[in-house]
Amino acid sequence: MTHHINRPHLVVIGNGMAGCRAVEELLARDPNRYRVTIFGAEPHVNYNRIMLSPVLAGEKTFDEIVINPRDWYDGNGIELVPGDSVTGIDRAAQTVTAASGRTVRYDKLLIATGSDPFIIPVPGKDLPGVISFRDMKDVDAMLEAADKGGDAVVIGGGLLGLEAAHGLTLRGMKVTVLHLMPTLMERQLDEAAGWLLKSELESRGQTILTGADTAEILGTDHVEGVKLKDGRVIPASLVVMAVGIRPSTALAREAGLAVGRGIHVDDHMITSDPDVLAVGECVEHDGNVYGLVAPLWEMCRALADGLVEAPTGYRGSVTSTKLKVSGIDLFSAGDFSGGDGAEDIVLRDASRGIYKRVVVKDDRIVGAVLYGDTADGSWYFDLLKKQEDISDLRDLLIFGQAFAQGGGQADPKAAVAALSDDAEICGCNGVSKGEVVACIAKGAASLDAVRTGCKASASCGSCTGLVETLLAVTLGDAVQSGPKTMCKCTSFGHDDVRREIVVQGMRSIPEVMQKLHWSTPDGCSSCRPALNYYLLCALPGDYQDDQQSRFVNERMHANIQKDGTYSVVPRMWGGITSPRELRAIADVVEKYDAPMVKVTGGQRLDIFGIRKEDLPAVWADLNAAGMVSGHAYGKALRTVKTCVGSEWCRFGTQDSTGLGVKLERGFWGSWMPHKFKMAVSGCPRNCAEATIKDFGVVCVDSGYELHVGGNGGIHVRATDLLVKVATEDEAMHYAAAFVQLYREEARYLERTAPWIERVGLQYLKDRIVEDEVARDTLAARFWYSQTFSQDDPWAERVAGDAREQHAHMAAFTPIRTEELA
Amino acid sequence: MIGEWLDIGWLQEIPVRGSRTVPVEGGEEIAVFRTGDDKVFALVNRCPHKGGPLSAGLVHGHSVACPLHNWNIALATGQAKGEDKGCTPVIPAKISGGRVLICRASTLKAAA
Repeated sequence: MTHHINRPHLVVIGNGMAGCRAVEELLARDPNRYRVTIFGAEPHVNYNRIMLSPVLAGEKTFDEIVINPRDWYDGNGIELVPGDSVTGIDRAAQTVTAASGRTVRYDKLLIATGSDPFIIPVPGKDLPGVISFRDMKDVDAMLEAADKGGDAVVIGGGLLGLEAAHGLTLRGMKVTVLHLMPTLMERQLDEAAGWLLKSELESRGQTILTGADTAEILGTDHVEGVKLKDGRVIPASLVVMAVGIRPSTALAREAGLAVGRGIHVDDHMITSDPDVLAVGECVEHDGNVYGLVAPLWEMCRALADGLVEAPTGYRGSVTSTKLKVSGIDLFSAGDFSGGDGAEDIVLRDASRGIYKRVVVKDDRIVGAVLYGDTADGSWYFDLLKKQEDISDLRDLLIFGQAFAQGGGQADPKAAVAALSDDAEICGCNGVSKGEVVACIAKGAASLDAVRTGCKASASCGSCTGLVETLLAVTLGDAVQSGPKTMCKCTSFGHDDVRREIVVQGMRSIPEVMQKLHWSTPDGCSSCRPALNYYLLCALPGDYQDDQQSRFVNERMHANIQKDGTYSVVPRMWGGITSPRELRAIADVVEKYDAPMVKVTGGQRLDIFGIRKEDLPAVWADLNAAGMVSGHAYGKALRTVKTCVGSEWCRFGTQDSTGLGVKLERGFWGSWMPHKFKMAVSGCPRNCAEATIKDFGVVCVDSGYELHVGGNGGIHVRATDLLVKVATEDEAMHYAAAFVQLYREEARYLERTAPWIERVGLQYLKDRIVEDEVARDTLAARFWYSQTFSQDDPWAERVAGDAREQHAHMAAFTPIRTEELA
Repeated sequence: MIGEWLDIGWLQEIPVRGSRTVPVEGGEEIAVFRTGDDKVFALVNRCPHKGGPLSAGLVHGHSVACPLHNWNIALATGQAKGEDKGCTPVIPAKISGGRVLICRASTLKAAA
């Protein structure tokens, strides 16, 4: 290689994708310009690091992912120094020194050290069996562990972690993925796509724990398990940390180069020293660092242009991501997170497992997330990168390139009108266009009528838009709008949503939104609280509560008042209190300077004017006196009002106070479609006003009259008599059945009065009085549900659960102008 | 020298689709919101309608529903949405290195 000796010497630190690509680009421009030496820490030739996942999964061999074999180095006169990492740069002498002691002089130095895996600093992180997923050595370690079988834990549910989990699963290990954030791949995917991905991975046998915060890695000589901060322990003979990477900058920093998050470079990839360049994941350009491969290529082009003095400059990159897990199609590009003026176009097709979301701003695509069908990913990415005006395509954009550009059909109505009569409209029920049109011709003038008439759109609902268009095409203005939908986010009504939740056993809000084709990313203030309630009612103990989908009163466990302070109502069972409780309440009023205490219409004491940040302390004081939350803030059982009954009253026929206490003890904590009040009156004089309550008992000599559907609200309604029973136990049993029927069938925010007027009293009698089996089943479901709900929310919050919701995040004290002068 | 941005804490300290407050001495409280897609926004903690604390509202998309009377306020502009008319002062906010920053000058101005 003597003929190279007089050329300037380019020394490259890093034999990875960026370092070698930069050299390739350079050679393509001028193969005779530099003498090149490449130092590599790994004992390999240049390979494609992003293909390590398929190697782990057994879909590729190492030889298949080599980019530049030995011949390439030799043929281009490049000296490769493998397995020897550079340990120091002397910029004054213009030399680098490697671990072996070897020192070489450079004219131009290129740093391409890439990035290091981020190891979370927990006890046990250095145990044998804890590895990262970064190079071929890690893959070998995983393959070796997989040969022995057993349990593996992957910490990190990002791209790399999921690919590692996939590979280990295919290699026969039982894999648990721990992810700190609530959804997988939260940087690339929105919640809906993250949920689909989680479901798919779970169906492949992986256990995915989100919101899982690692506390410690357990083991003595070798890793044995992972302990989470909530105390759960997951056994593991292999732990893969894939929580992230950070630019490898130690060498550059020690050499005195300007380093921020990465090594600072300008548009020509030059560092703060004009003879030192840097490229790849180790650099920071214009405030950005990149962990994906496409930007590397763009950087290398700019760098090579600079080296041959034809500078073009690097201007930053727009990136896209695909998950390399076989059978899962997932694409994400640009900024899908919206922002000012951004609009979402969402398509959900649950039966095919497809979710697409394109974010448009000022008639240009700024981001896209595709799950299940990524065929159009490159088309969207291209429109995004070129910043093309899509206003002409907008109506059809979400259907993809073929549809949006095919045949110039810009009008979706025309497209539907042009369909042949035997074109299938509803895949679930096999209904053709001809059958839908025939159904409409026979008089079905609304979506609901079509659903009843020919079953189209009656199952998964993904063809709802098509059916609506057919209605519009066939009938023009004569279309009747269907029953009221839950809100603008869905075409389904409350009852449809409830039915689907039960039938499909759905457990979380994102799941419902996906399967029922919600048109917004995360719903609105009307549908979210309703969905949360429907889920808790359908699957008590098994659904995922979403605090952020509850109205503020239920989130704060107190009543918000007009000035932003809260009022607090402790429970007084059946309206009875004691000196101890009264003293505790009086103390709270004084201690927290509550401006008012008021006896409520339901015989409880309401303490007003408590500040949000004082709520936990107030509850702690009340808890200490044995009092629990009165749920006066919730769509829940509030009070059971009583009179004194046979114990003191000369007219009282039964122990109304005792029954009131019993009802409140049994029913407290149960969430309802709306607020729910009970009362027990000891005689027909009705001092507890039981006949304007949701459930009222009027005691008579021969037993108990059970009344339902009373309301003292805007439209005062007296109760209807449901049935008369002889014993307290029967009264309790009927109450449970009634409450459960209301919980299961009324729409969210529908009180008992309008519900009963809607379904009719006879319907209630048929279900609860005439049908003993239905009565028993309803009551059993109610008591089962109560086993999950009778925890005092105040005590939980005082114990620290989400306590920070009450505190300020920070405080700001402005510096006064005189101090600045 | 006083920086342009005021660091108020980690993004993780705000619940997803939730909000936290920052009191300003001698001025109005500020509500800092985190949306479902991990963006942050800050508004004076006061609904233009009847002064409800927006920080206690339900965050959906890039809007918040006032807890008192369910007015929907756009987080980016502070404008009431739909038929309602009114505006809440906006304080520029951003995330940097996982920290939430709000604009110091706007904080002072809005709070004055």
